[in-house]
Amino acid sequence: MHELSIAASLVESVEQAARRAGAQRVARVFLRLGALSGVAKDALLFGYDVATAGTLLEGSRLVIEEVAVAVHCETCRRDVKLSSIQDFRCPVCGQPCAQIAAGRELEITGIEIEVADDASLQAESA
Amino acid sequence: MATRYLEIRQGVLSKNDQLAAGLRERFARAGLFVVNLVSSPGTGKTALLERLLAEMRAMGLHVAAVVGDLQTDNDARRLARSGAPVRQITTDGMCHLEADMLAGKLEGWDLDALDFLFIENVGNLVCPTWYDLGEDIRLVLLSVTEGEDKPLKYPVMFNSADVAVITKTDLTAACECNLDAMRANIRAVRPGMLIFETSAKTGAGLSELLAFLLAQRRAKYPTA
Ligand SMILES: Nc1nc2c(ncn2[C@@H]2O[C@H](COP(=O)(O)OP(=O)(O)OP(=O)(O)O)[C@@H](O)[C@H]2O)c(=O)[nH]1
Ligand SMILES: [Mg+2]
Ligand SMILES: [Zn+2]
Repeated sequence: MHELSIAASLVESVEQAARRAGAQRVARVFLRLGALSGVAKDALLFGYDVATAGTLLEGSRLVIEEVAVAVHCETCRRDVKLSSIQDFRCPVCGQPCAQIAAGRELEITGIEIEVADDASLQAESA
Repeated sequence: MATRYLEIRQGVLSKNDQLAAGLRERFARAGLFVVNLVSSPGTGKTALLERLLAEMRAMGLHVAAVVGDLQTDNDARRLARSGAPVRQITTDGMCHLEADMLAGKLEGWDLDALDFLFIENVGNLVCPTWYDLGEDIRLVLLSVTEGEDKPLKYPVMFNSADVAVITKTDLTAACECNLDAMRANIRAVRPGMLIFETSAKTGAGLSELLAFLLAQRRAKYPTA
């Protein structure tokens, strides 16, 4: 289960941010996951359930936005989506393309947290 | 209880990335060129390094190696026979090296006095992809015994590498390996990838790889 180390890092980062914001609990975590990140979605979801146990994230949901791989085609002079990560050729003109424009993402975009009412007031007035 | 959305925008592996960036700066200040070797278990990382370390030392270069291993210190002992300083990271079952493990192993080494540092990662084509170690070059190895389609099975690793080395070429015929197909598959997942072909047994192809590494170091540190 390769994704366990990724899930553990994810939980660590989110927990830190959540504590700093005075969260009592994390409800949802939003993640952008590129097809070229090498992280398998299902394995990550499974690892997430294991890694969140006993943390502020326990019982939370991981919401994954999948990002396709895009490369820059010098011939077409634009970014094109790859149909397969086993074939780095422009689907329009067939030119091999090494320059990656998107698809490596493994990024937390935001979290939904639960805060005590006074804490949320504090945070808003801060 | 109130619910709030908090924007974060942070790489999941940002902690490792930051540590690796720090290491990269440290290596650059020391004029040290760092190569991270990744492959499946048994591809021949240690065998290739034994040769490279010995040849580089014979040329008067100052080289060192850090080797990651799940359980044993066999590889470290093999590499130490070259006379180069070698350190071992026993990962205790963890299937890759991370920047903090490497940082912990550098203590006491005078990096300024070194020209090259080789890192032998744990044999695994998945997890080492994710962990930057501050290296200048990620070198992926693939042996003729593993089948031509390995790059298609592990496209992410092959794509993330800078250079590929096809190893055990003395066994090409015995394994009926089609080198053209293997090269094509590597370049299907990484167009333009530079590919070397070596045999640690016969020494074939080693001088080309060595010349490449020396040229890379010279390009990075022209005055060294
Ligand atoms: N014929 C031949 N055998 C080789 C060559 N390189 C390595 N071997 C053999 O392949 C086996 C594995 O080589 P290692 O150098 O230990 O491989 P490794 O990648 O370091 O293995 P791990 O560290 O366990 O992942 C050993 O039995 C080597 O003798 C080669 O160029 N030719
Ligand atoms: Mg080895
Ligand atoms: Zn095109």
